[in-house]
Amino acid sequence: MAAPATGTSTAAIEVAHLTCGYDGNVVLQDVTFSVPKGEIFFVIGGSGCGKSTLLRNLIGLHHPMAGRVSFMGHSFSDADLTARREVLKTFGVLYQGGALWSSLTLRQNVALPLEEHTNLSPREIAELSCLKLAQVGLTGFEDYYPAEISGGMKKRAGFARALALDPAIVFLDEPSAGLDPVTSRKLDELIVQVRDTFGTTLVIVSHELASIFGIADRVIMLDRGEKGIIAEGSPRTLATQSRDSRVIEFLHRGDKLVP
Amino acid sequence: MSVSAQPARAEATQEGEALAVTLAGDWIITAPRPGWNSLLAGRAPKRVVLRDAGLGQWDSSVLLFLFEVQQWARLTGAHADTKALPAKIHALLNQMSASHETTVPFDRSQNFIEGVGEATLDLARKGRKFASFLGECVLGAVRLVKRPQKFRWADCLDEMQQCGAMALPIVSLISFLVGVTLAYTGAIVLRQYGGDIYVADLIGLSMVREMGALMTGVVLAGRTGAAFAATLGNMKANEEIDALETLGLSAVDFLVLPRLFALFVMMPLLAMYANALGIVGGMAVSMSVLKIPPTAYWVEMLTIVDLSDLLVGTIKAATFGLIIGLSGCLRGIEAERSAAGVGRAATSAVVTAILLIIVADAIFAVLFDILKL
Repeated sequence: MAAPATGTSTAAIEVAHLTCGYDGNVVLQDVTFSVPKGEIFFVIGGSGCGKSTLLRNLIGLHHPMAGRVSFMGHSFSDADLTARREVLKTFGVLYQGGALWSSLTLRQNVALPLEEHTNLSPREIAELSCLKLAQVGLTGFEDYYPAEISGGMKKRAGFARALALDPAIVFLDEPSAGLDPVTSRKLDELIVQVRDTFGTTLVIVSHELASIFGIADRVIMLDRGEKGIIAEGSPRTLATQSRDSRVIEFLHRGDKLVP
Repeated sequence: MSVSAQPARAEATQEGEALAVTLAGDWIITAPRPGWNSLLAGRAPKRVVLRDAGLGQWDSSVLLFLFEVQQWARLTGAHADTKALPAKIHALLNQMSASHETTVPFDRSQNFIEGVGEATLDLARKGRKFASFLGECVLGAVRLVKRPQKFRWADCLDEMQQCGAMALPIVSLISFLVGVTLAYTGAIVLRQYGGDIYVADLIGLSMVREMGALMTGVVLAGRTGAAFAATLGNMKANEEIDALETLGLSAVDFLVLPRLFALFVMMPLLAMYANALGIVGGMAVSMSVLKIPPTAYWVEMLTIVDLSDLLVGTIKAATFGLIIGLSGCLRGIEAERSAAGVGRAATSAVVTAILLIIVADAIFAVLFDILKL
């Protein structure tokens, strides 16, 4: 929760000349973009274009082959361990399946980051965990285990955990995948609500067109062939004004660009 | 990074009967913040008015402070006025109070009678499941005999390689060392009576009838049984087993029988190999420590070990193979659909297999004694 944002005017995320891949195979080459504070930013593209690779490099699960990633003006990709630990507190991540720890209840899942990174008392941590779960509509499920709730609830609980430390930035990996349209819409509304209330920057990896057109302020589109960004802008502008057939085809669910 | 530029500040000033509290600075959850009790400093106002006097960045930290004020007001009967605070904070504070009030702890407690009843029913369920699984395996084996061409030979050969050939190094090491240990232990007693040479009989008989099959069984329970449970458990979590069922394919035919058959065949072979390595281990100690020539050792051993002993060891090994396969596959198929469930299945498979191996070994001891084998 980055609060009704004040402070410096630096971008929330700055990615400069990022090259990343696996075992020497380059998936994305020389990618540069920045995300202003408080923006709902989508990373889109077809399967295998490197969306998840980009996400894993941004959140530090993989080390980039080259380039630099900064959050709120602080370098992350080349930071030492102490600085990295500090930067880690500034962002939360919602993984595709929720990635809740199965041996902990929802309350304990949300409480764990607070126990590790704050000096709050157990009572305060319990209050905050309940609030976070209430914010995602899971009041009454605090003492349930992940195996006892549905897929949509797991995602919402994962979102509550991602928000636990009130991060300035939240990354969401395919938040709508596997959800019914109503639940997916509710999750989108929740994302907007979090941004509007706290000024949080949200980076969402998705190919769910309804969400992209519904809530995205700006998108970048990645392409496997180009190994990089082929389009950047608001989804509506791209859908109506882009002359790139790959962009049009993607944003119009396969309809080709009419010459 | 939400690094606070200004520390969180709260100042209290008396305004008649009311206490005016102004909040300023950056209130960040990971940074220290003022406490309500220290701010009160023993005062007992009837009314507290909270105001924004230059709040910078704020997050749940300010909510926790305000919530503490509200809780205090509720306990003391004072009035906490938060209307002057930003609307977003006000709304969140209301949400926090609501979530606090509506949270009812989920009662997972169970009384003793209920617990015993549940445990009994669970045991009965497990028993039925095991019987049904065993029955399915028998029916699957009958189908295999009737239509061997339908059997998944490729999978079976792969499993044979995994549980047989790949297990050779660990089986070699363990059985050789068992032979060495037996030789040293046997020599302690036999030396006292000048019967060093009988170490050969002790090792030969122990390895062939007992230790070869038993040690191989224990190794494979840990190595292969756990792997079967983890693989099948993971397949269940990924709904691969459901996919087989919906295609009309029996998970037992497809996944269990190839593994069972592989272990049934490879266990006796591995046990015989373990026998040989154990005997060699004993021979090495006899030669180096007891100064018994290898030929004498071998000839002495053949006076007591015969084919019936080898048959006993082989029957045991094949049975242990079936036990390991059944335990691993059953635990895997029964596993809960989660990462923890797969881990529990693997552990349970090993424990079940070793337990059943020891029980079966004891039954065999009695049975072979009756049969004079």
